[in-house]
Amino acid sequence: HFGFQTVSEEEKGEKVYQVFENVAKKYDIMNDSMSLGIHRVWKDVLVHKMNPYPGTLLLDVAGGTGDIAFRFINYVRSMRERQLQRKLKHHQNLSWQEIADSYQEEAVKPLGDSQVVVCDINKEMLKVGRQKAQHLGYSEGLSWVVGNAEELPFDDDKFDVYTIAFGIRNVTHIDLALQEAYRVLKPGGRFLCLEFSQVNNPLLSRLYDLYSFQIIPVLGEVIAGDWKSYQYLVESIRRFPPQEEFKAMIEDAGFFKVDYQNLTSGIVAIHSGFKL
Amino acid sequence: LSAGRVCLSHAEPQVAAGRPAEDGRAEEQDGCYQLYPGHIPTSPLQKALLAAGSAAMALYDPYRHDMVAVLGETTGCLVLPNLRDKMKHDPEGYRILQERPRIRLSTLDVNRLQGLPDGTLGREYIRFLDDNKVSPDTRMPAKFVDDEELAYVIQRYREVHDLMHTLLGMPTNMLGEVVVKWFEAIQTGLPMCILGAAFGPVRLNARKLRVLATELIPWAIRSGRNANCILNIYYERRWEQTVESLREEIGIFPPPAVRV
Repeated sequence: HFGFQTVSEEEKGEKVYQVFENVAKKYDIMNDSMSLGIHRVWKDVLVHKMNPYPGTLLLDVAGGTGDIAFRFINYVRSMRERQLQRKLKHHQNLSWQEIADSYQEEAVKPLGDSQVVVCDINKEMLKVGRQKAQHLGYSEGLSWVVGNAEELPFDDDKFDVYTIAFGIRNVTHIDLALQEAYRVLKPGGRFLCLEFSQVNNPLLSRLYDLYSFQIIPVLGEVIAGDWKSYQYLVESIRRFPPQEEFKAMIEDAGFFKVDYQNLTSGIVAIHSGFKL
Repeated sequence: LSAGRVCLSHAEPQVAAGRPAEDGRAEEQDGCYQLYPGHIPTSPLQKALLAAGSAAMALYDPYRHDMVAVLGETTGCLVLPNLRDKMKHDPEGYRILQERPRIRLSTLDVNRLQGLPDGTLGREYIRFLDDNKVSPDTRMPAKFVDDEELAYVIQRYREVHDLMHTLLGMPTNMLGEVVVKWFEAIQTGLPMCILGAAFGPVRLNARKLRVLATELIPWAIRSGRNANCILNIYYERRWEQTVESLREEIGIFPPPAVRV
């Protein structure tokens, strides 16, 4: 499925690539306009749920313009600062030299060895992400890699956390992406997926449909000059399996303790699973 | 109602049930079929939102020519049938509707037109394209017009716009564009032209406004009223005709001798 159209599998990949190539530059503005800024809250919740400690190795798939990666870095940085503060507090009997040395350590490792790899199939999106990183001053602990979620260019058992935010519904074979996620995670690693899902409230559902089909393509045309990409967006949301079904798919890939959390009455949901 | 009318599904939840398109080729959107390549069917609410949004965006960012085009399409629905009828009732216009000529660099024989004597429509048109560094191929195709013939009418209007510049002797700077818009507003009655004519002058300085108000607009209005419908001229068959004789034939008065 490409939204409500039926296309061959090879075509879907190509068409999705073109959509994101077209929208890359306006991606962030459109996200803010369409969700009235709420997408920022959703992404914050995802990273808080992840609760990464310094030293975590994160793989952010379909990470495109870097929203999750930047939040991860901010979170880990502030965690690290608190960690160091606590350490200092408990060691107030240290000599001056040792305290000065610990400052050095903080300067050298502000992230405490945490790293995030941003992986996306679309070069345009990665380009926008890299420019944003430069602009906002993120440099350490970030890597940008071109890759396909169905066939990741990474070895087995490598990452502590795997995230995919608003990306998995664009993948042609979701089950393959889930299998790959399982493969590259370390034992004990966590899978987290933030994605549009089914609204459980009937009244809200009607309003949401009205908003999606009437307003979002218009916003796409006026702001980005691209009606069709945003028509695809709202259709692809409707095509995606609902919460329980997606949960079952994640379990099929081998994950345990699979659960989901609805946000904004189910407009989006965060699914979580562990590789044991 | 003409045969080309589109049914517009009002209840979007119907679409959400996911009716798949037939073999993926006939693109079904909003529950109805595409009437022509590039057609995007829209509901009345969407058209209203598009009209408002495109107007705002066009004012905010004048380089968004696509927004001007969208504004024209979404507001022109009442006026386009009149234009089409004007064309139907004129022998030359009727022929244009039948043959559907398009002005594109690929269909124009640029070398031949450049070789024509000075003062002919063809020569002056090419000179206009070169001087102002524009091309007929940058015109947006119609997307939101829900009738295939009317989509052609607005397309023809867009493609003839450059020829208007040539016939009126106006360059593509802000002042020239405003003058052409006044002429087109009188001629076509398209709301987009009227809006452009009314709001365009906002960005002009005092000297230009004076010239505009005292000389250019009165001339544009007189010519617009006097002239035959500009969509009824088969320009592609008149490249050898001199601009002056074509002006006389249509009824456009000679432009005032001011620097634009």
